[in-house]
Amino acid sequence: MEALDGNAIGGLLIDVFGTEMTAERSTCATCGASRPVAELVVYRPGLGTVVRCRTCGSVLMVFAQFRGITCVDLHGLAALG
Amino acid sequence: MAGTAVRRRLTWQLGTVGSLTDETAMVRTIALDVPGWPGHRAGQHLDVRLTAEDGYRAERSYSIASAPGEPVAITVERLDDGEVSPYLTKELMATDELELRGPIGGYFVWDPTDCRPLMLLAGGSGIVPLRAILRHRERTGSAVPVRLLYSSRSWEDVIYRDELDALGDGVQVIHALTRRQPPGWTGYARRVDAQMLTEVAWPADQAPLAYACGPTSFVETVAGGLVGLGYPPQRVKTERFGATGDR
Repeated sequence: MEALDGNAIGGLLIDVFGTEMTAERSTCATCGASRPVAELVVYRPGLGTVVRCRTCGSVLMVFAQFRGITCVDLHGLAALG
Repeated sequence: MAGTAVRRRLTWQLGTVGSLTDETAMVRTIALDVPGWPGHRAGQHLDVRLTAEDGYRAERSYSIASAPGEPVAITVERLDDGEVSPYLTKELMATDELELRGPIGGYFVWDPTDCRPLMLLAGGSGIVPLRAILRHRERTGSAVPVRLLYSSRSWEDVIYRDELDALGDGVQVIHALTRRQPPGWTGYARRVDAQMLTEVAWPADQAPLAYACGPTSFVETVAGGLVGLGYPPQRVKTERFGATGDR
């Protein structure tokens, strides 16, 4: 499956954070690369959403939706916004 | 635009389908009447949700094709194995209702107060948000010079062809036709590559602002190419819709 980018999850991020996030900067906790959320690599395999660093490929964010509840893992981020 | 700056929840709502316009054999523009639409910025998108009788839901994002201040419209390319686009491009009729939410996105947007020359790069239906930018530029009387490099499979696949032909002064449109060209075609007849960008893109020393939208592979090629020409990465805004991208 081919990657999308962070623009594609603008709606999901508003659901989670309550505000537009795609123009915000993200910092990778693994390699320190910093870029707008819109430029991150996004995979949406159906079960959830995986967001990876465009520099080192580390997983930055994972979102899983189940019965209207969104589980959020931001473990791979050093900073957001 | 003031409306979009306010923090608000993004809620699903119903829009009513207005006019339907076939842009090409595979692409249709759907005008929507959305009560309480807060206004959008050029380049934003909206999410569409279809619910089947058994409750199964499919959700897709579509770029907004209209300029801020114009009625909301999306332009949808039909993917025959898609879950959503065949319905939107073949079955949907005027006065039908469509569940949507938006506007969405604060990155791939253009503001007419920006004076930098615009370098727009579209692959296929990646033209849609760039058309909103071009219309916004016209409507606001912006004088920023624009070059649009637009890659399509064939002349028949060029979306908004007449509108792009009719663009006024200050906008240069350069087509690349990758698979099939009309007789006597003298333009580019290949995929966008680094050489083409060298010939077409504003020189980096003019401090241009670039927007690239299309399939992921197209965007990777052009974004990498522009950075290679000296464009700072932060001045190359990108939006990728995957290989099949229902968008």
